[in-house]
Amino acid sequence: MAHLNPTPVLEPGQDRTMILNMGPQHPSTHGVLRVLLEIDGETIVRMMPDIGFLHTGIEKTCEAKFYQQVVPLTDRIDYLCPLTNNLCYVLAVEKLLGLEIPPKAQWLRVLLNELTRINSHLVWLGTHALDIGAMTVFLYCFREREEILKIFEMVSGQRMMTSYFRVGGIALEPPLGFFDRVRDFAGYFPEKVDEYENLLTGNPIWGMRTKGVARMTAEDAIALGASGPTLRGSGVDFDLRRDMPYSSYEKFQFKVPVSQAGDVFARYMCRVQELRESTNIVRQALDGMPEGPIKADAPGVVLPDREKMKTQMESLIYHFKIITEGFAVPAGEVYQAVESPRGEMGYYIVSDGTAKPYRVHMRAACLANLQTLPKICEGRLLADVVAAIGSIDIVLGEIDR
Amino acid sequence: MPLAPAITDLEQLKNHPAIARLLSWNAEAVTGVKFDRDEMTIFVDRAYIREASVVLKDDPGCPFNFLSDITCVDWYPAEPRFEVVYHLLSIPNKERIRLKVRLDSASPAVESLTSTWPGANYFEREVFDLFGVRFTGHPYLRRILMPEDWEGHPLRKDYPVEGYR
Repeated sequence: MAHLNPTPVLEPGQDRTMILNMGPQHPSTHGVLRVLLEIDGETIVRMMPDIGFLHTGIEKTCEAKFYQQVVPLTDRIDYLCPLTNNLCYVLAVEKLLGLEIPPKAQWLRVLLNELTRINSHLVWLGTHALDIGAMTVFLYCFREREEILKIFEMVSGQRMMTSYFRVGGIALEPPLGFFDRVRDFAGYFPEKVDEYENLLTGNPIWGMRTKGVARMTAEDAIALGASGPTLRGSGVDFDLRRDMPYSSYEKFQFKVPVSQAGDVFARYMCRVQELRESTNIVRQALDGMPEGPIKADAPGVVLPDREKMKTQMESLIYHFKIITEGFAVPAGEVYQAVESPRGEMGYYIVSDGTAKPYRVHMRAACLANLQTLPKICEGRLLADVVAAIGSIDIVLGEIDR
Repeated sequence: MPLAPAITDLEQLKNHPAIARLLSWNAEAVTGVKFDRDEMTIFVDRAYIREASVVLKDDPGCPFNFLSDITCVDWYPAEPRFEVVYHLLSIPNKERIRLKVRLDSASPAVESLTSTWPGANYFEREVFDLFGVRFTGHPYLRRILMPEDWEGHPLRKDYPVEGYR
């Protein structure tokens, strides 16, 4: 029978405690996460997350693909913020190549990334509220998210697995009417955030379920490798967009929300504030959108335009070579990190000079954030586990890869 | 921005704060350096990695207090076969550094950093699971992504993509 239960089972410490399996498919685990709980009555004595149910072997798959063919795979890692993954990967490859990206492409990347952040936080807010028992917020959040997904579909042809960024720029020019639609959305979205806040922030039930629950100190958060809102909710003022800018984020003015309390409510407030700040960045990106090309001038790396391909022989040859042989990347290694909605998402790429990456490693923010879960749950009540799992905003696709 | 050639000469880089700190602590620990694409890599002797991590973490001038990532690269069939790669981040100084430990295939084992950063736990388990590198002193070194009874280590270069079965 050992093969039926391959994962370690907590040995019950005394007669008082019992082992409870939460998951793998529990409505509040947001995917396939199994949490082993040793409980004494209603109190958590020990906790052990068990992961790996969604392990797809993406890192192994990347080693068999050309550099440009990895982009669709990166969407599937963190399926709530595909464009952030795309951005992180293409930035890493561009760093390996030493490519210069035109400003319009950089600004479009920032704009779409902030829309992705809003999209991801809306899913988080809706499901987190649903876990704790607020159904209406879930419906409201998904109403607004639908509009963002329509914008993504307009620009890339896909609602979720966008694959819109390319090494050296962006796949296509945004269609007509795209900027107007984003501007409309950015115009009415802050009112909607007010709506969510009216439902939750001052709500006494919400406060009782979140304030003082699952506390984490700043030292613990840093030691456990937490990042993103999980880290900022504990009072560490660190955001990669502001402190280690990439993709021209240094040209945008935005505040980084930080809470000192370190509990579920603090992490909630951080993310709700981020919704507003991201809308701000989207507006700035729309107002200051530069003119110019959307692809770097790098023949042999960037696919030529379709028109050129049909009329010029050199473009046709480049097109054929990129599709069939890929492009060689100088040997070396880079680590590029971006601020995803969940924290520090990093790509470590090793090149051996061929057209296929020798090794691609994704630094998943959620994997480190998940390690904080036993820390913040042990000694608390069973009902708080649900709130705690929701508050660190895990995506199992990114944890298991 | 054309690529500048990588600098691998210790003499040129010894003024970098992290390298200077490690050299003043123990010159034997640093077996090589590389500065490439604006990223600093320090090759650390496998015997000293845990102590070196403590030195860098507690450095008063530039504390690398955040462990971003631990991963591994398999250079099969070359020897030393494995490179365990540590990415450290200094939150106060906003700086990154990469540490590398080279391990041969005969005994791929290195000291665990869980005593320095508890957050190394899952990362090391993942490297153990997918590469078979052992971390001595790890509190709970078991497979994390693959099933407990899985044969082989999938991210090794000599592991068939289709699996053994």
